[in-house]
Amino acid sequence: MLTAGLDIGSRTIALVEWDGERITREEVAYTGVDPFINSQRLINGRSYDRLVATGYGRHLVVERKLADEVITEIKAYAIGAHHFFPDVRTVLDIGGQDSKVILVKSDGGVGRFEMNDRCAAGTGRFLENMANALGLDIKELGEHALNAEGKAVRLSSMCAVFAESEVVSLTGRGEDSRCVAQGIHQAIVDRVSAMVRRVGQQPRFIFAGGVAYNPCMCKLLAQVMRVPLTVPDSPQTVGALGAALYAGQLVS
Amino acid sequence: MLELRSELFSALSETRNENIGALLSAKKEGKKVIGHYCAYSPVELALAAGAIAVPLCGNKKEPFLAADNDLPPNLCPIIRSSYDLAVSDTCPFFHASDMIVAETTCDGKKKMYEILQRIKPIHVMNLPQIPDLPMSITLWKSEVRRLKTAIEKELGVKITDEALREAIHVTNEEARARKELFDLNRNKPALLSGKDLLVIVAQAGYSIDRMSGVALIDRLTEEIKKKAQQGYHVGNEKTPRILLTGTPLGENDDKVVSLVEEYGGLVVAMEICGGYKSLDLRIDETDCRDPILLLAEKQVGIPCSVMSPNKKRIQLLERMIHDFAVDGVVDLTWHGCHTYNIESYWVADLVKNKLEKPFLHLTTDFSDADRETMRVRIEAFLEMI
Repeated sequence: MLTAGLDIGSRTIALVEWDGERITREEVAYTGVDPFINSQRLINGRSYDRLVATGYGRHLVVERKLADEVITEIKAYAIGAHHFFPDVRTVLDIGGQDSKVILVKSDGGVGRFEMNDRCAAGTGRFLENMANALGLDIKELGEHALNAEGKAVRLSSMCAVFAESEVVSLTGRGEDSRCVAQGIHQAIVDRVSAMVRRVGQQPRFIFAGGVAYNPCMCKLLAQVMRVPLTVPDSPQTVGALGAALYAGQLVS
Repeated sequence: MLELRSELFSALSETRNENIGALLSAKKEGKKVIGHYCAYSPVELALAAGAIAVPLCGNKKEPFLAADNDLPPNLCPIIRSSYDLAVSDTCPFFHASDMIVAETTCDGKKKMYEILQRIKPIHVMNLPQIPDLPMSITLWKSEVRRLKTAIEKELGVKITDEALREAIHVTNEEARARKELFDLNRNKPALLSGKDLLVIVAQAGYSIDRMSGVALIDRLTEEIKKKAQQGYHVGNEKTPRILLTGTPLGENDDKVVSLVEEYGGLVVAMEICGGYKSLDLRIDETDCRDPILLLAEKQVGIPCSVMSPNKKRIQLLERMIHDFAVDGVVDLTWHGCHTYNIESYWVADLVKNKLEKPFLHLTTDFSDADRETMRVRIEAFLEMI
């Protein structure tokens, strides 16, 4: 048996192949402006016993017969996280334009979930805008913030547009950009932790999605939530793995 | 999900459109029209005065070009839309109204009415907001009486107690008929889809000949019962049964309902204005106290989120979840509707904590801009059931 999961997010597409026992392939590519073409490229003509799609582009690839079925990223993240960590109870996923908290039942099913408001506040996109405003690459932002020696400079706005002008005016005022960067992370953590509390967190707490690569986010979140966070080896492919595992269940 | 195919249902769905013409000819014959914005308006007074009562609440889609000149953009879309239709003179019912009645319900509406007064005079009633205080009934009773005097003066008629009791009978009958129609969905599998329900909700209050409107609904209910005996139903035994609650919806506001039904759920009941919200509030016609007092008592009992605390809504929701064998609850609130948005806390508390059922709070507006973000929430919610 060979199944696959395709997670088409707003920023990246992840593909995971599953042979019934282990992951045989794992790839991540940029979504770009044509998620269908880029999904096709990632699959590269291979065929599977079943291909399940998730993420915001999930319906597109089923309509165009590239994938067989869809599940939501909420279900996919629960299945994927439960596979690696059967004792998982809370999954936080901060992706490109969505952030979500999922309470996972002991069987891997979804108990409750919360998603961010429909704007980009508290998402990877917010971090990306802020990195741009500081003239940094998104990959450098977390490290930069951790190097802050003074106190974090608090942001007053969570709007991805207003916060950008706030960051520009803060650096213009002479604030240390590392302290501003830490303030940016703090703003997201405040927002996300309120969402986690609404769902009600329980250990084990998994932090997944592209933003989990950011070391400053991991550190501040663990401090605020007062729990150790588990970041999977490949936090960006948890959803695609969940879809591949679900495809495996459909086959067998 | 297949919608109900029936001539009676088509006739019902045309109530509003057909009555635009009927309204204009009635006006030519000297009939007066009283427009009202909200369920708190005692339409019985208009009916007892021999006038035609029409709802004015707007649910036109964006853009609200005329409203955006005068109102802030982050206001609830019902208020912006209602204002827009009135100011741009594109609502035939507002246009035809000889008198307009409104209430101090939410902050957005009452402040909007102040500005709307430039176009047409509005009789604004001072709605009490703590329903459990005896003085709320006293205040509302005096407000209903003040409206009675205003209508008598404006229309040059006398509203007798006898006419008022007759009008109470009419609105009682309307509530009875609509409740019987909605109650068909206690059946499992259901007999009406959420889209069918939206059509029924959107036509509430538009019958000019109110008793023939009641008769139409009664005939439709009988017809569906007969169809059910021959095996008609919507969805099946396993279809997730969803209760919709929250802000008022119009026929065009089908984004959430159609997404729920597209992904295999079925909206079997609606605790909203024009839906089930005030159908239990019927006046006892054998009660011989002052009919103005009876009206006041009935209306202060309407479980709208402008009331504080609004325990009756939570009690109604609990009964409905039980009576309609509901599997999950969607609380739909418009952006900028503070009262329903905040009250979602108590709805969540009932559904998630007390009844331990799946719950989804959605905040959106009339536009399709967030259709995809709504889609993933609704799909994930249905996956849980």
